[in-house]
Amino acid sequence: MTLTKIIGLIVCALLATGLGLVHSKHQSRKLFQELQTLQVRRDDLEIEWTQLQLEQSTLATESVVDQAARTRLNMVIPDPATVVYITR
Amino acid sequence: MKAHTAALRKNGGGWRRCLMTSRPQLVLALLACAAVGMLSRAAYLQLFHKDFLQDQGSDRYMRVLEVPALRGMIVDRHGDPLAVSSPVDSVWADPGTVLEHRQRLPALARLLGLDSAELLARLEENRTRQFLYLRKQMEPDAASRVMALGVPGVHLERGYRRFYPTAEVMSHLLGFTDIDDRGQEGLELAYDQVLRGTPGAKRVLKDRYNRIVEDVESISQPQSGQTLTLSIDRRIQYLAYKALKEAVLEHRASAGTALVLDVTSGEILAMVNQPAGNPNNREQRQGQLLRNRAVTDVFEPGSTFKPFVVALGLEAGTIRPNTPIDTRPGFMPVGRNTVRDIHNYGLLDVTRVITKSSNVGVAKIALALPPERLWDLYRRLGVGSRTALGFAGEQAGFLSHHKGWGAFEYATHSFGYGLSVTAVQLAQAYMVLATDGVRRPLTLLKREAPPAEEMRVLSPQTARQVRTMMETVVSREGTALKAAVPGYRVAGKTGTARKIIAGRYSSDHHMAVFAGMAPASQPRLVMVIMIDDPQGEAYYGGLVAAPVFSQVMAGALRLLNVNPDGQLAGTLELAASPKVKP
Repeated sequence: MTLTKIIGLIVCALLATGLGLVHSKHQSRKLFQELQTLQVRRDDLEIEWTQLQLEQSTLATESVVDQAARTRLNMVIPDPATVVYITR
Repeated sequence: MKAHTAALRKNGGGWRRCLMTSRPQLVLALLACAAVGMLSRAAYLQLFHKDFLQDQGSDRYMRVLEVPALRGMIVDRHGDPLAVSSPVDSVWADPGTVLEHRQRLPALARLLGLDSAELLARLEENRTRQFLYLRKQMEPDAASRVMALGVPGVHLERGYRRFYPTAEVMSHLLGFTDIDDRGQEGLELAYDQVLRGTPGAKRVLKDRYNRIVEDVESISQPQSGQTLTLSIDRRIQYLAYKALKEAVLEHRASAGTALVLDVTSGEILAMVNQPAGNPNNREQRQGQLLRNRAVTDVFEPGSTFKPFVVALGLEAGTIRPNTPIDTRPGFMPVGRNTVRDIHNYGLLDVTRVITKSSNVGVAKIALALPPERLWDLYRRLGVGSRTALGFAGEQAGFLSHHKGWGAFEYATHSFGYGLSVTAVQLAQAYMVLATDGVRRPLTLLKREAPPAEEMRVLSPQTARQVRTMMETVVSREGTALKAAVPGYRVAGKTGTARKIIAGRYSSDHHMAVFAGMAPASQPRLVMVIMIDDPQGEAYYGGLVAAPVFSQVMAGALRLLNVNPDGQLAGTLELAASPKVKP
């Protein structure tokens, strides 16, 4: 193999790796962008989840449930004298 | 002339010829020198200053941003949220840029909920800065309306804020976090390391206006904090809070605390205090309102410690439940002082010493034994050693060494004066009676399995005997009929300790205490209620604290599906022919 051929090969290889690098860099940027959008989406969902949890636990506080049961639904704790226990 | 010229030509000609032939070389050489110089400088910079220069370059357009991590939730034993971090947006501005668009300030101020003139003044004051918070911690919806205005130089910063859905019911336990979401008080502080996540970092490209042009790479992913599962049962906590609050209001007391323990695991199911503040409201985050009195306030346990003296006598074999004790004439000289009862109870047996809570009777039982035995029992019950729940400011209580006790001090120690405990320690001591004599470490975190380290303090038989005696307290004859729970047998003991004001026992400031357990045949729950300085007509533990016990215990036993062991109104036997037994 002559020297020119070797140099030619090396130049080709250099070009190829260079292009490969550009390509992979581009890919990584693209994937990172995608990761970012997905992370934003995940964060948004997480935010919604915590807010829903907060809302639920605020709306269903024991005092609210207690109030609703007693006033709106007219519920009472039965008088112990009227409770019948079923045993085996 | 000719010769001269020739000579000149010869000389000058040689010089010129030399110049003529070597000029290109000279230029080349100079150029080469310059090239070598530049190359070596380049190589030098590349090899030795690369990092520094690259960083300097990147600093002009690359930024490393912190990606905040979500703080872990605190949930109760069933997974209901007690403390949740939710995102909030802080609005910040580059004052110089905003001031170029000052005609838009009124609209901006309105959406931010700020005064327009004030906002302008603040911007003017900080016009040389590039960063100024306009409003911290807005709801994300409101913040995005601000951004929709599109005022140049206005930006958002994402952060998290802690919300407490149970508000003041849990405030003493949970504590709160500061504006940077770091624990400041209570469990938020004690378990900050667990709850706090690790923030991540990312590299971004920014333009001159500080806008992010591109996310370049992620340096590290944020790690969310862990969820902390407490042993608290939110429903029982609420029951206890409501009952305690009502009692404190009704008796115009200055403070109160109550806690419920699960006997089988040593878990604390409820721990409530009065007064209370709402931790969601910054103004109410005051030490006075958020102090967890159950662990920080010590008091003399008074009569509530009498059952332990009886237990000691039973263990030593000096008494039996029916041993007669003569408490006549209602007082007894000990040393240079006198131990007194409220009334002259006459001739009692050991059980009725507990029922009536006779100081003389208990002192007589104690004085028949050496003081170090009582001291040792108190030590093993946990008096004077910190309950390791993890709170800042948790108190250990106080128990002086028995060598310093005179006869009268020994007698006062036997009915619960001269030593001090926290409400948690009192509950811990009562749990020994409930577990048939074993002391289990308490915890505020959910336990999957019963704790391994247990310490036997009393024999099972003694614990059961004392419990049976304590059942008589919750009777028409005893001091705490109001602690009765329909359907369940209750064992307990009242205490009414005089408060020490300015170094003397006060006659009109008291602590009303009730400690008890149910169902007495095989206790599942232990509860302690302490009400500080009731100002109403009633100040006895049996009248002030015992009703809280009854109310909370009835609800808690029902919630936990504990089988009743007491007198039932009616039972229906399934297998047999269905008929209602009276």
